[in-house]
Amino acid sequence: MLRDITLGQYYRTESVIHKLDPRVKIVGTFVFLVAIFIVNNVLGYVVAGLFLAMNIKLSNVPVKFIFRGMKSIFFLLMISVVFNLFLTPGEPIFTVWKIKITDEGLKIAIKMAIRLVFLITGSSLMTLTTTPNNLTDGLESLLNPLKLVHVPVHEISMMMSIALRFIPILLEETDKIMKAQMARCADFESGSLINRAKNMVPLLVPLFISAFRRAMDLAMAMEARCYRGGEGRTKMKPLVYCSRDRVAYAVLVLFLIICIVVGRLKF
Amino acid sequence: MIRTDKLVFEYIRRDEEGNVEGITRAVDDVNLDVRPGQFIAILGHNGSGKSTLAKHFNALLYPTEGDVTVDGMNTRDAEKIWEIRQEAGMIFQNPDNQIIGQVVEEDVGFGPENMGVPTEEIWERVDESLRAVNMLDFRKSSPNHLSGGQKQRVSIAGVIAMHPKCIIMDEPTAMLDPNGRKDVIRAARALNSVEGITVILITHYMEEVIYADKVFVMDKGHVEMQGTPKEIFSQVDKLKELRLGVPQVTLLAHELKKSGLPLPDGILTKEEFVEELKKLKR
Repeated sequence: MLRDITLGQYYRTESVIHKLDPRVKIVGTFVFLVAIFIVNNVLGYVVAGLFLAMNIKLSNVPVKFIFRGMKSIFFLLMISVVFNLFLTPGEPIFTVWKIKITDEGLKIAIKMAIRLVFLITGSSLMTLTTTPNNLTDGLESLLNPLKLVHVPVHEISMMMSIALRFIPILLEETDKIMKAQMARCADFESGSLINRAKNMVPLLVPLFISAFRRAMDLAMAMEARCYRGGEGRTKMKPLVYCSRDRVAYAVLVLFLIICIVVGRLKF
Repeated sequence: MIRTDKLVFEYIRRDEEGNVEGITRAVDDVNLDVRPGQFIAILGHNGSGKSTLAKHFNALLYPTEGDVTVDGMNTRDAEKIWEIRQEAGMIFQNPDNQIIGQVVEEDVGFGPENMGVPTEEIWERVDESLRAVNMLDFRKSSPNHLSGGQKQRVSIAGVIAMHPKCIIMDEPTAMLDPNGRKDVIRAARALNSVEGITVILITHYMEEVIYADKVFVMDKGHVEMQGTPKEIFSQVDKLKELRLGVPQVTLLAHELKKSGLPLPDGILTKEEFVEELKKLKR
C-alpha cells in the first residue's frame, strides 16, 4: 500500500500542459503569481481568471481534483478574509456593537480571497502536471546561472531527486519497524500527546540508523558508477525547448502585457 | 584482467573517543590472477574478507600493502581511478540502496551520464543493457514496484551500460528469494558467455559457484583453497572445516562414497549424480 504513494500530487494524464517543458511551467507559474498582484481591478481578475481557466481546461486535470487541494488552505483563507474584513479602518458600512465592517475592508477581503485562490490553484496546477523529477530538472536548469556565485545547483537538485526516490523506501521501512515494535507491545496510539511523542523514540532511532546506512551504501554505489559531481556530466533526458514551449512563452508574455495594461486602467 | 600482488588491507578499530583499539587485517597476503572472460567465484563465510577484497577491484578501497592492477592500471594511480571504475563495474548486496533513478531507464542511464556519454548513445546503451538482462518491458516502471530480483537485474543493466570489461558482484543474491536468485545468476552467466565480460561473483551460496571457471575460498583474509569447482568440492571435509557447506548432491555423493559406494569425488549436479549411479548399476 505504501509503495503506491504519489509524491507531490502529480495527476497522470495526456495533455499539452503535461508535455510542456518544466522550465516553461515554473516560469509560467511565477509570471502568473506576479500578474495577480499587478492587477488591481475587476477586469484584471477576470483576465487572470480566464487565463487560469484556459490552462486548467488544457491540462485535462478534473476541476474537482484541483479544488481538493483547496480544502487544506480553507482555514487560512478564512482567517485572512476575517482579519481584513474587520480590522481595516475606513468608511463603515454597518456596525454591530464594536465590530464594524468598512467599505475598504470588504474590498480588500474579497481581493485577498481571490488572489489566494488563484495563487493556490495556479501553483497546484504546476505540481499536478509535472512529475517531481521533471520539476527538479527544470529547477536545476533555471538556477544554473547561480553556479557563477558558487551555489551548488547540481548537488542540490541531485539531493532532491535522491530524497524523492527514498521517501517511499523509508516509509515502507517505518511501517516495518512500527509493526516489529508493536509485535513487542509498543504503543503508538494511546496516551497523551507527549506520551505518544515519547513512544516514537524507539521508532525513530532505528529509522535514523538505517537511513544513514542506506546513505553510505548509496554513496558507495554512486562512486562505483563513476559519479563525481556535475562536472563533465551529460544528460540522458536533456531539457530542450520545442515549438510548443516557444508558443507557451509567447502566450505568457502576452498575458503579462495584458495584465499590466489592464492593471493601469481605472474603473 | 585483475591481478593482486601480496595484497594486504588493514583497518583500524577505534573506541568511542577515537582512540585506536586495535588493527584488523581484513585481507592478508592475497595473490589472485583473473584472466579476461573468466567466470570467477569467491567463497567465504561472513567476515572472511571477501567483500573487502572485492572493493579493492574497483578502487573503492586502497591496499595497505601490495598492489591491485586492473587491466594494467594500478588502483593507487589517482588519475586512472575513473577509468578503473568504468572497466570494473560493481553490483552490491542491497538492491534498494544502489538504484539512484526514479524510473528504471533513468537509473540505467546514470553511469553513462557520469561518464559524459552523448545523449543519443546513452539511449542506445540503455536499450541494449535492459535487453541483455531481459528487463526491457519494465523500462518506464518505478524501481519501488519491482521485486528484489528485478531490481538487482536493473542494477546489473546499470553497470553493463558503462561497457565494463569486468563485473564484480558482491553477494548480489543475499537478499533475494530463490527465484530472484536464479534470475540474477542466469543474467550473470549470460553476460559471461554471450558478451564475454569477466564476472567475479562473491557469494556464500554453494549452488551458485558450480558453473564458475575457478573458485577461490577465503577464510580470515587468506585464500585457503583455489581451483575448479570440481577440485574444490572434492574436499568436503576441508570445506566443513572452513564452515562452508557443499551442494546437497555433492554431500550425498560424498556420504555414499564414505559408506562404501565407488563414486568419484566432486559431483556437482543432479544429472551427473544420476549418470554415475546408472554406471554403478551396470
